[in-house]
Amino acid sequence: MSNPLVDMQKPDVIFCIGTNMTECHPVAATGLKKAVARGAKLIVADPRRIGLAEISHLYLPLRVGSDTALLLGMAHVIAREGLIDEEFIKNRTVGFDEFFEHLSPWTPEWAETITGVPAKDIKTAAMWYGSADKSAIYYTLGITEHICGVENVQSLCNLALMTGNIGREGTGINPMRGQNNIQGAGDSGALPNNYPGFQSVTEPANQAKFKREYDTEIDLEKGITKVTALELCGDRIHAMLIDGENTLLSDPDRKHCEHALRSLEHLVVIDIFLTETAQLADVVLPATAWGETDGVCTNTERRVQRLRAAVPPPGEAKPDWWIICQIAQRLGFNGFDFDSPKPIFNELCRVSPIYAGLDWERIDKGAKNGVNQWPVPHKAHPGTPRLHEGEFVNGRGIFSNVHYRDPAETIDDAFPMWLTTGRRLQSYHTHTQTGRAQGIEYLLSEETLEVNPADIEKWGLSDGEWCQMSSARGSITIKVKATNRSPRGTVFASFSFADVPVNLLTGSGYDAITHTAELKVCPVRLEPL
Amino acid sequence: MAQKLTIDGKEVAFSEGETLLEVAERYHKEIPTLCYDTRLEPFGGCRLCIVELEGARNPVASCTTKAAPGMVVRTATAKIEAYRKTLVELVIGENREVDVHPLRGYASGELANLRDRYGMSSEGTRGTGPGRLTGAMSGTSKSDDNPFILRDYELCISCYRCVRVCAEQEGDHAITVMNRGFHTQIATEFDGLLKDSACTFCGQCIQTCPTGALADKKAMRASHTVAQGPVRRVPSAVETRDSEDLAKENALAPETTFDKTRTICPYCGVGCSVDILTQDEKIVGIHPAMDGPANLGALCVKGQFAYDFVQHPDRLKMPLVRGEDGELHETTWDDALDRAAEGFRKTAAAHGRHSIYGIASGRAPSEAAYLMQKFIRVGFGTNYIDNCSRA
Repeated sequence: MSNPLVDMQKPDVIFCIGTNMTECHPVAATGLKKAVARGAKLIVADPRRIGLAEISHLYLPLRVGSDTALLLGMAHVIAREGLIDEEFIKNRTVGFDEFFEHLSPWTPEWAETITGVPAKDIKTAAMWYGSADKSAIYYTLGITEHICGVENVQSLCNLALMTGNIGREGTGINPMRGQNNIQGAGDSGALPNNYPGFQSVTEPANQAKFKREYDTEIDLEKGITKVTALELCGDRIHAMLIDGENTLLSDPDRKHCEHALRSLEHLVVIDIFLTETAQLADVVLPATAWGETDGVCTNTERRVQRLRAAVPPPGEAKPDWWIICQIAQRLGFNGFDFDSPKPIFNELCRVSPIYAGLDWERIDKGAKNGVNQWPVPHKAHPGTPRLHEGEFVNGRGIFSNVHYRDPAETIDDAFPMWLTTGRRLQSYHTHTQTGRAQGIEYLLSEETLEVNPADIEKWGLSDGEWCQMSSARGSITIKVKATNRSPRGTVFASFSFADVPVNLLTGSGYDAITHTAELKVCPVRLEPL
Repeated sequence: MAQKLTIDGKEVAFSEGETLLEVAERYHKEIPTLCYDTRLEPFGGCRLCIVELEGARNPVASCTTKAAPGMVVRTATAKIEAYRKTLVELVIGENREVDVHPLRGYASGELANLRDRYGMSSEGTRGTGPGRLTGAMSGTSKSDDNPFILRDYELCISCYRCVRVCAEQEGDHAITVMNRGFHTQIATEFDGLLKDSACTFCGQCIQTCPTGALADKKAMRASHTVAQGPVRRVPSAVETRDSEDLAKENALAPETTFDKTRTICPYCGVGCSVDILTQDEKIVGIHPAMDGPANLGALCVKGQFAYDFVQHPDRLKMPLVRGEDGELHETTWDDALDRAAEGFRKTAAAHGRHSIYGIASGRAPSEAAYLMQKFIRVGFGTNYIDNCSRA
């Protein structure tokens, strides 16, 4: 997030797109609700009539996968109506003139033909977003889990740059991170293109630095992404070490994924349960869980916070860091003689400029000692709640002349309905944790397919009965639930329940740059059982 | 220039918009409250925070009175303290129980603390059933089969903190006040089950309730399990304990002690601060951290109630290796680590260093992710490392 969570209460206009925040980030959503109660205008764009849509002032029910068209239409209106921030554009961006030219054909009327959202609502959204003093964008995987995820994000950046809604309180471009430490995993360098602290692996100065730090030669080119690695299993990739990911249920195209993992010569999984993925492993190493492990994590607003152990682990479970060190030591690797998480975190801080002012003690003391939101470039630095104030780290903001593209697969006679996937309030991801929490089943006992009542009738289904749902990749059976949350022509399911493996169906394509799967769009066919 | 007023004979500064209670608390005046929660709009319902204000005919509620220049305020005169004592007596006299189970909720001991502060004996003020003043609320515990929130309205004092936290903090407006006077009730719309209302089971009402009328069923059950014997899951009798059983459980409660450990919620990326509550090495509940920078006392149903996966019997307790028979078998750490390392060594020897890939977790601490990338980069000299953020 460019802005801190406390800023959620401060915008005049809030534009939420592809984020089901009341279910996926409920506590953050309370900030939006307070802003609305205070008088902020809320625009919600989402194919489904989600909880946020219910409290919005303007709801844009766009067709799944049409976000770029909607955002181009809004940018067109902002440019046409002169709602641009000329001062900001002049001082802090490049490429606006070309972008202005680029926008001319993408009228809201054109956008209506792609998105299904009435042109007048697209205009209203653009007028609100462009006219307010402080407008903020919030998004989640509804923006990124598309073949055009990068274009979607660039489209949002275009809106913020042309209106100067970045680098100030109550503005910004704010992706909500989904996992407790997914930000920290990236910060720590678990990426094929970046060393710790987002230092590019192709930058010679960084290459020299890590050669020195790690006393070894490291490839000068980027590594491959997990998606590519899974595609190459059995071909070029023959061994994997997976820490705490239930790849088989969380990743798209389960059959492909299972085949990939099975074709490995050696699979080592570190986890707290014998997940579907761990069941395929040659070696399963039991890790300590949350509540049993000391460490550090980073939240969606780049706040680095301390995790503390409260209870001893079961049996002989060990912390992840200890397990990795033990394997590394057996292989004779240098630099793994750690006896606690503290020196590991301090090493991470030492090699990462964005963490340079942090250390274990500072994080342990908590918020009292500065806000600990990175970048924290030196010890005396208080932390950075708000990014891009005054200037962008990489120079000037660049406008992107994006084009709308259809999803990888579109509906046809064989697969005439759109399936979109996501999460539910009471369940977390593949349900390995929430599924083992007493009482959750009272609120969420099984997976259901949310279908508009008109579609139930159209396809001969019955509310509460099972149906067969098929895509180009496979079929599952799932119970039908009638609801107006789903628009006509689009159905929804989560991937929380192992007995309803929705990821057998998904996996039609990936974003070419980020390799994020198009989990939000999958043409399907529904048939009664 | 700062504005001034006088509190208990001392001139003090205040800022525009501050209430008398806020100013007094800054100067360490211990003004009692019951309906007050710093996160909520002032309500002025319990009247315990009354102070004498020169020029005002009656005492004023300090939580709702804005500070003004030149005010002369007395916070603890004998008369004010007598009023407060009577008010506390009235509240206590109505309630079935004052010494409630400490795991009922974060604030559930507030009423008992006030009783102690005003030196009331336990006799005549607690545990004697419906007391001297009996409203309709007494004797009406709401039967609600949900597994999380006990609705024990015999202990309700109509402070409306639950209603206000649901509306103002959570923004859900799931509960409201029904009827007036002695017939006041806290209810959902159409007076049904929480499950059938807008309630999301975030638990904020539990944590703000000052008497334990709304209570954490799950924590009380878990605590009971600990009290009953060894630290392990006892499925049958305990889990079927219904609301009535839990409501009666106060008698054995006050001695219960628990430890708190400050950490961060294990679920989404918001990073809410929580306190893990433990008894005898068992997690018995979660309190939201009122000063947590990302959540300021708020949690959701997952963070509040979905913690018991940690001590679930399904947890892996021993390393496993695949045997000749194709099945996974328990083994020692030495054996498993040797096998893990040997596999990587063999694969690298057979197929080269680019045949090995690492996937770090977005759920484990940063130290794990850092070492995962270091393992791949130092060990194999490649950038064949990723985390689980792409799907």
